[in-house]
Amino acid sequence: MTASVHLPRQAEAAVGDPGAAAALATERILADTLDESVPGVVVDSPPGAGKSTLVVRAARELAAAGRPLMVIAQTNAQVDDLVDRLASADPDLPVGRLHSSDAHAYDPALDRHPAVRTSAKSADLAGMDIVVSTAAKWAWVKPGEQWRCAIVDEAYQMRSDALLAVAGLFERALFVGDPGQLDPFSQADATQWAGQAHDPAASAVSTLLAHNPGLPQHRLPVSWRLPASAAPLVSEAFYPYTPFRSGTGPGDRSLEFTGPADGSAVDEVLDVAAASGWGLLELPAARTPRTDPEAVAAVAALVRRLLEREGVTRSERGDGPAPLTADRVAVGTAHRDQAAAVRAALGPLAEGGPGAGRSGDHEGDRESGESGEGGGPGVTVDTANRLQGREFDVTVMLHPLSGRPDATEFHLETGRLCVLTSRHRHACLVVCRAGVPELLDDHPATEPARLGTWSPAPDGWEAHQAVLARLAGHTVRLR
Amino acid sequence: MSLIDALARMEAAATGAARPLATVRHRHLAARPLVLVPLTTAGETGAPLGAMLGTDRAAPELFTVPQPRDRDLRFTFLERLAEALLPHLESCQDEVEFVERKETDPDTGKRVTVQAELCTDAPQVLVPTGPGIDVVRLLGRSMRFRRTAEEDPEAPHPAPPRVPLLGRWLTHYAERARVPGSSLLLSMTDLLTRHWATGQSRLEDQHLGALLAWIAPPDGIPGAEAARRAELARDEHGQLLVPPAGPATDPAFDNRLLAPALARHDKGVPGAAEEVHELIASQLRPTWEAMWQGVDLLRSLPEGAHTADRWRRDRQSYTHHRDRLRSAEPPQPRRDDAVTAARKLAMREQRQAELDAQEALDDPLVMAVRRLAGEAFAARAAHVEPAVSEGKRPTPRPLVTVRAEEHDRPLLAEGDAVYRALPEGGGQRAEVVGAPEPGVYVLRLVNGMGRGKEPAPGTVPEPGDRDCWTLFEHAPRGGPALPEPEETPWTHGGPPPEATAEPPDPTTPEDLL
Amino acid sequence: MTPSPPPGAPSTAAPPRSRRLDALRGGPEVPQRPLDARALSALAANPGCRRRALLDGAGVDKAAVAQALGAPAPFGQSQFAFVRGNAFEARVKADGGEALLALLCESTGEERPEPSAVLVPDLTADGPAGRAARTGLALAEVPAGQWALLDHPLLTLEVAGATAYLEPDALAVHPDGGVTVIEIKSFPVLDGTVDPTKAGGAARQAAVYALALTGSVPVREQALLVCPKDFGNQPAGGLLDLRKPLAACRRQLARLTDLDAIADLLPEGAHFGTEQDRAALTAAVESVPAAYAPECLATCELAFHCRERAREAGAVEALGRSVRGELGGLRTVHEVLAAARADADDPAARDPAAEALRRAAALRAEALATAAPAPAQAGTPAPPAGGGTEGGLACR
Repeated sequence: MTASVHLPRQAEAAVGDPGAAAALATERILADTLDESVPGVVVDSPPGAGKSTLVVRAARELAAAGRPLMVIAQTNAQVDDLVDRLASADPDLPVGRLHSSDAHAYDPALDRHPAVRTSAKSADLAGMDIVVSTAAKWAWVKPGEQWRCAIVDEAYQMRSDALLAVAGLFERALFVGDPGQLDPFSQADATQWAGQAHDPAASAVSTLLAHNPGLPQHRLPVSWRLPASAAPLVSEAFYPYTPFRSGTGPGDRSLEFTGPADGSAVDEVLDVAAASGWGLLELPAARTPRTDPEAVAAVAALVRRLLEREGVTRSERGDGPAPLTADRVAVGTAHRDQAAAVRAALGPLAEGGPGAGRSGDHEGDRESGESGEGGGPGVTVDTANRLQGREFDVTVMLHPLSGRPDATEFHLETGRLCVLTSRHRHACLVVCRAGVPELLDDHPATEPARLGTWSPAPDGWEAHQAVLARLAGHTVRLR
Repeated sequence: MSLIDALARMEAAATGAARPLATVRHRHLAARPLVLVPLTTAGETGAPLGAMLGTDRAAPELFTVPQPRDRDLRFTFLERLAEALLPHLESCQDEVEFVERKETDPDTGKRVTVQAELCTDAPQVLVPTGPGIDVVRLLGRSMRFRRTAEEDPEAPHPAPPRVPLLGRWLTHYAERARVPGSSLLLSMTDLLTRHWATGQSRLEDQHLGALLAWIAPPDGIPGAEAARRAELARDEHGQLLVPPAGPATDPAFDNRLLAPALARHDKGVPGAAEEVHELIASQLRPTWEAMWQGVDLLRSLPEGAHTADRWRRDRQSYTHHRDRLRSAEPPQPRRDDAVTAARKLAMREQRQAELDAQEALDDPLVMAVRRLAGEAFAARAAHVEPAVSEGKRPTPRPLVTVRAEEHDRPLLAEGDAVYRALPEGGGQRAEVVGAPEPGVYVLRLVNGMGRGKEPAPGTVPEPGDRDCWTLFEHAPRGGPALPEPEETPWTHGGPPPEATAEPPDPTTPEDLL
Repeated sequence: MTPSPPPGAPSTAAPPRSRRLDALRGGPEVPQRPLDARALSALAANPGCRRRALLDGAGVDKAAVAQALGAPAPFGQSQFAFVRGNAFEARVKADGGEALLALLCESTGEERPEPSAVLVPDLTADGPAGRAARTGLALAEVPAGQWALLDHPLLTLEVAGATAYLEPDALAVHPDGGVTVIEIKSFPVLDGTVDPTKAGGAARQAAVYALALTGSVPVREQALLVCPKDFGNQPAGGLLDLRKPLAACRRQLARLTDLDAIADLLPEGAHFGTEQDRAALTAAVESVPAAYAPECLATCELAFHCRERAREAGAVEALGRSVRGELGGLRTVHEVLAAARADADDPAARDPAAEALRRAAALRAEALATAAPAPAQAGTPAPPAGGGTEGGLACR
């Protein structure tokens, strides 16, 4: 088979049934991945489109074809998750987990898989069918221990220079990622290389494609996570040039509450979200500091009532009604101090310790502890950066621009809003001060431009306005 | 912007005078910096109009271009610039000390220690503004590929001798200026805004005259008024009383004074060249004085403790460039290859992290910003409990219970690392093992206590001791090595072509630089 | 390049809104200024400013207003830049735009037409309305399969309910009927790279032109940016992606408050004519709210006037947009300092931002008090720093 640049809009979109469309895309991806004449394959995956499933399947097929491979992910949490999925899918498959030499370098839950071997030295893992680690750890492995094949996961969140550090380890690779989520960034000045093919601060995929424009590019066309109520909004606002759809129809999922509404705005917006998938709880307009006490209280009240009213979810999986438990709920914020304030307001309902989350994603980064103070697993409360790649039934987000007197580039970044609005299977609740569209009007849209580059991401200013315009129809005002 | 910096701006606006953002000077300031004030022609990419430069406030050198469109006059200017700048840039090449350095032996591939030269000082260049640094970069770019008559007898417009060499030096200095905390080439506005907050915005601070008006307002005049005068006040001929610090000149100056004088020069009117020279000088002199006023202000601050460490890296950078010139390497290429770009970025990120840590350690006012952000906290030790590690060789792991001060709210979770500087030098790391009540943390010290079974004296806080703990490392580590350029992988376009001298820019009749 | 304002020709049968806007300029005899590059960048830099919206929408000469208010904008253009810009534009448009179309085809991969096969219609006409009509006709008349180049066409766009005139540097009509907006700028392409901020401005400007063309012709989503190459006057260029700025600009324009609604804020009979006395003009300007930020200084002629007012009011925005971030509902320097002083009687102290401000003030005061000797008087060199022992004791 020869490499083909693939135009999903015409191909899979023409297939009526989402399952058939997704299966067709997957078959083509696997065919290219197994084709030795193709040095690289790029797969764009919108939120919840089965990226992890694809990675696991591709890894197993390559291994089964007698081609040992390395898997490169970006955070330790992602690596642990992938190893767990691989081992669960095939308990006999020899999988190596290469980890750092820090304490608590990997999730001890992996030790329950007999075929998984863990080590801080790559030599200990020689001969394993699949070895998984972070890009940061792979960068310390000397070339020479070459794998022929690699899978690069979350490739859009990987910086070009991180790929440069590890690409000498493999000959060909499958690159999988979500172009709509948070772009990699640099703390130092990289503007002198902006727009150049090998800009070290750009994403790994943009460098790869700039140097290898003929590589086959595919797209997973169906989100299995986002419900029918959410896919159009997320697709239009954040993937305007590469639309996708939901794998489920309007009636396939439901969220209902056992406990009656108490007549409050909080319960009203919960009912709106249960019925429509979206709910915006609007607080009176005010300019506030980041940890707006009223907004934090509103987020906490939403979470508390969400659990008190004993939600029940039903889904297309057909495994009957399931109670909406705290571990299926997440709160997302833009800033760490906001997450800390929400955790404090939630008390024992929240997952993790009394403090805030940890620093950003880097080697040594792990998800916070397994259990909340209340005994059972609690509600996850974290920043957008740390919610990337995760999935919940219901999410509550504190809008990044709520109460802000200004809208900075950080807050306008589309990836942040995209992550926060695309983690849920049933409903997403937004807490926001009134007046954000007007705040945006006062803020300049002054994105820089470069000659001859095509960014897959939409304009941040416009994406924010688009989301708010769509949420306007699901608004309940807090009195 | 941190609330602490915002407050300083508010105070400045309310009092009419700039307020400190730092209590020490965070950049190296040479004993004899070279001040360079360049001017360019409007609308033309860095085309030089004139420059005032020198290390002696009382004796600046002044070069002008009487007609910027004339290639020969531009070359004369560049030649004189090279004659004036190169002796300064080359002045520190031969005073060296010897340092040990780890290197990979090309034959054995082993890491070996070698003796290397390190210049004991390096020349410093100061320009007025950020765009002034851009002019240095552009001048460097325009000159370094030129060929002299000696290098290429066929060249249609041979560059004066030493001009390409100046281009390479200026390119190096401008590139070094992109490294956080470096001090080979600095702009006065960056230097001053790092240390003082004015009662106006950062954008308005880019005007050197207005910035100085806030930091050192003339007697009795509030900063806002003095700044407005520096920005806008004009004489009866419509000319600014304080000319812009460049590199662009004021349009009113161009249109009413310079253009007629250039026209007279073109017509061959006697004395016209001198007239242009004097006009340009009139635009340069106020900035020249402002530059030295800025130098004086900066000298009034004591130097930060880590500044010398960072200057040592500048000296290394200077020495490396000297070595590249001496080994006759070709000029810096127009564009970096993938590996070079990635190495530069990695280095800058490491320097940025180091600078952020060092400035906080050197300056309580910077540390206050980190404390407010929850990235550091001051705390007193309340209780110390000896403990040892498990394992074959037990080592001390004492538990220290500390209580954060009233205004500190560190963003800490169990398992996080915190760091403090030890009284005898060096740093110490600890892990958060618990938070029994708000503001109280139990820390397990994990290093910095010597090699014995008992901690070395003075390495464990005593009850009542006050320390500043940071959530950031004091000496951030670098990442893994990147491949050599000749090993560039296919994902990044494969190995770049062999480094050779790039061809000069083709000349056209309409060149401006 | 900055398009020169077309000669003003008041239309005789103007609709009521147009008459109202004419009145705002000080009468129908005062020419309506087109939305030039600076006005477009002012729109992008501060879309929510009503003062800017009304004055630009009515085509008021803001520079003249600023002058009359006693706060002239120091924008002026150097004749060197002007001459060079014009020379460059003339150069790239010489020979019927041969160089422009060569660059365009190089960028798009299309086959370059013979210079003689390119239609260059005459667009001259009387007044902006006439020129705009002529442009529309010229675009409609290009036969299929034919290349055409329109030099300084005039386009119209409804902005906040009023007709604005726009003058792109050039438009190219491709044989497939598609139209590319061409922007000619005087900043360089240096070693293949343009200043991203300047290119961003050019892209937003081109997006407005593309929006004005939408609906009448199939306009392409990439504009051609043409700049001088390196240090010379040779043209170089490349394509700018307009999809993002188009989406943002479309929504921005849709969200603009209707000019009539803004004009209703003005007292009966008030206008912006510069013939009236300064007090009356000031009152008219002040009756429309502004959203001043220091960024305005680079794009709006009225900015220096607005800055003075913001400073007099002690508005925190005068210190920069980024200063506001954590100040909550506190809007003036006075309020912020009162909240930071923990002045319990002051209402500012009850703002949710006050707690953080008090912490900031306390930490700042502590640091300044414990710092090494207070900064000496300017000009007296401080003693050299001691050894490295202070390192790490920064919060002692």
